[in-house]
Amino acid sequence: MFRFILRRLLQMVLAFFGTTLIVYALMFAGQGDPIQALAGERPVTAAQRAYLTEKYHLDQTGVGGFFYRYLDYVKNLLQGDLGQSLTGRQIGDILQQAWPVTVRLALIALAVAIVFGVTAGVIAGIRRAGIFDNATLVLTLLVLGIPTIVLAPLAQYFLGVKWQLFPPTAGTQPSFYALLLPGIVLGSLSLATALRLTRTSVAENLRADYVRTARSKGLVKRRIVSVHVLRNSLIPVVTFLGVELGNLMSGAIITEGVFNIPGVGFNLFRGIRTEDGPLVVGIVSVLVVVYLISNLVVDVLYAVLDPRIRYE
Amino acid sequence: MRVRRLAAWTALPLVVTLGLAACGSGGDGGSSGGGQDAAVSIQISEPQHLVPTNTTETSGSQVLAGLFSPLVDYDAQNKPYEVAAKSVTPSDNNKVWTIALKDGFTFHNGEKVTSDDYINAWNYGAYAPNGQGASYFFEKIAGYQDLQGEKPKAKTMSGLKKLDDLSFQVTLAEPYIDFKSMLGYTAFYPLPEAAFSAPGVLNDAYEQAPIGQGPFKMKGTWQHDSKLDVERYDAYPGEKPKVKDVEFRVYQQLTAAYSDLQSDNLDVLPTIPTENLSTAPSDLGDNYQTSPMSSFQFLAFPTFEKDYSKPDVRKAISMAIDRDEITKSIFKGSQQSARSFVSPVLPGYRDNTTGAAGQFNPAEAKKLYQAAGGPSKITISYNGDGGHKDWVDATCNQLKANLGVDCVGSAEPKFADLLTKVEKKQPVGLFRMGWVMDYPSMEDYLGPLYSTNGSSNYYGYSNPEFDRLVKEGAAAPTEEEAIKKYQQAEDILAKDMPVIPLRFGENVYGHSSKVQNVQMDLFQRVNLVKIEAAS
Repeated sequence: MFRFILRRLLQMVLAFFGTTLIVYALMFAGQGDPIQALAGERPVTAAQRAYLTEKYHLDQTGVGGFFYRYLDYVKNLLQGDLGQSLTGRQIGDILQQAWPVTVRLALIALAVAIVFGVTAGVIAGIRRAGIFDNATLVLTLLVLGIPTIVLAPLAQYFLGVKWQLFPPTAGTQPSFYALLLPGIVLGSLSLATALRLTRTSVAENLRADYVRTARSKGLVKRRIVSVHVLRNSLIPVVTFLGVELGNLMSGAIITEGVFNIPGVGFNLFRGIRTEDGPLVVGIVSVLVVVYLISNLVVDVLYAVLDPRIRYE
Repeated sequence: MRVRRLAAWTALPLVVTLGLAACGSGGDGGSSGGGQDAAVSIQISEPQHLVPTNTTETSGSQVLAGLFSPLVDYDAQNKPYEVAAKSVTPSDNNKVWTIALKDGFTFHNGEKVTSDDYINAWNYGAYAPNGQGASYFFEKIAGYQDLQGEKPKAKTMSGLKKLDDLSFQVTLAEPYIDFKSMLGYTAFYPLPEAAFSAPGVLNDAYEQAPIGQGPFKMKGTWQHDSKLDVERYDAYPGEKPKVKDVEFRVYQQLTAAYSDLQSDNLDVLPTIPTENLSTAPSDLGDNYQTSPMSSFQFLAFPTFEKDYSKPDVRKAISMAIDRDEITKSIFKGSQQSARSFVSPVLPGYRDNTTGAAGQFNPAEAKKLYQAAGGPSKITISYNGDGGHKDWVDATCNQLKANLGVDCVGSAEPKFADLLTKVEKKQPVGLFRMGWVMDYPSMEDYLGPLYSTNGSSNYYGYSNPEFDRLVKEGAAAPTEEEAIKKYQQAEDILAKDMPVIPLRFGENVYGHSSKVQNVQMDLFQRVNLVKIEAAS
């Protein structure tokens, strides 16, 4: 087990540098004129252009320039310095402020998906083809069919502005309550998928041999479902949710914009818009780490859920 | 079994760590209190910089307008009047300007404001290695050139001379009649001694909590991406604000701010998002307001291309566009049709300087276009991130119908991409441009937009006669004579038609029911001294 985790951690280091290289290369290749992008529609003075060009080595172009700038970036990265954004802010500071908010949002979304998705999935799986099952089928199809870009403003308008049940935007240092609505919106998509997955899995396992054995042994139904069936049914759901955690964090661009949450998605969007290479690479690198760790947690959880799985 | 327990122990800390991050403090926005102690919130986007000489966008300028008091401000006719200055006196030929400061102004840290604070701040702004975005404002001052280049010859401009603690003299490189108007711009604020860690070196921490001499002082530091709090500065000698606290709240999207405005969570939204323009008057009622501002939208011709080198072709295209229809159907009346080359807010503005070329006349346009041999296909390039698609497509449809040509709108991802192509003289066809003035003077339009060396003249327009008139206007001894020259210059533009004026903008803003007397200036900034709590 230790060796397994150690090996995975070592692989992570490789994967981490590989992704920064790729993302850095993509940003580098797509770079037009970041100084003008920063200034918007105003003319840029020669003095300012010269200043920014020198500060960020923007005159280093071509393949040689790419490696020069990438190695410079990695060298600073190894010293714990993520560099400065084009507006002169430390990227480390930006990430430090943005990440906690996004993590909280993603965890709320994940909790919503687990609590409602898995519960409803189990009920739907047990009462297969019943009213509840069909009703959830229609509902989940509906939710899966509506993109966040439509769902988020709608939820904001009706629940926030019209009926005033939730604050319309989360704003600065959002409370748990303010993040609840965006969390539900963000989690609704995963909720629907988690529900479908759990339902199918539970329905299938209910017909398995070991359930019949348990039943003939005289075990009560509640125990069969909660201990035997649920545990075996959760494996695909856990896989899905583990990967989904990363998706929730990176996919929050729209939700964070609509509800004005100063998180990662917003900064990523801004970084891409202003061609702020170092900022985008910094955010994506942390995202990669989140993906890698959540995958590791999923793998470890497999062993907990299914004793037949062993890691050597 | 052992393996499983171990696995659980490994997974647990990870889950706990992630869970801990979920706990945090809560906060609540919105305004509180009433009367003189009221707090108001105003939407901004994240400012890029908060050093006066490095601030050129609206959000930063809005914050600095609270923290600083300008030397001059503009009255209802947009003529400058003194605020922090006691007097601004030109020499006979407008080349040497003596600025006397009012006594009694102090910085928020208690320092008395002296003429040194202005001189040091301006020298810092002009010094090229500091890379300040607004440095070009100082280029009219004598000695500015010595501070340029990679290794400048000097660190201070020879044109700035201290007379005593409360007055100083500015010598310009060339006479300039509108210098007093110029002094109202953000770049001309003073900086306290505390801002510098050594002479000419700005303290890194200064920008996080700028110290000014204006009606409001910082409360805490700049909370990036979320907000900036300021409170009334009681020792301010000028007009006292009618509210105690102002929160500048950072929004990523205007639509989110609009939702907050509707539910009274936000007090002032300086720009109503385009998506909500049609419903805003009914959503907000009396709290939906408009006021003049200086923005100017136009279509530029690549005059260096053979297709568009003839003025008649350019005039014909202009005549084939029905501006009123577009402002009405697409902008819902939030912008006005433009038929002049400078904004109507300026002293010296005249209606309809484009003459017949600005009037919608499809029959005449087609005749003129065919006679001049205009191209059979027109492209209009625009930046796709600014909500321009609708009106560009509408314009294209009008050109198709009225000129019988093929017309397509072509989107570039960003304005920067568009400019890159234009500068390389790649064929982009017509392209959209916009302009917002820095200070109210016709020269601020004519110089940068249409002069041969203008900073935003991307279309290669050059007319020596025009350049001469603008220069003479700037050097004229009186305001009246200056305007006369500027107007003659504008008449040349009407003949050459290097761009098609399309629309003049307005401030379209809204406020909550908790505030009143919300006024916006020409620079899209809320007047922080006038705003008050609703009684």
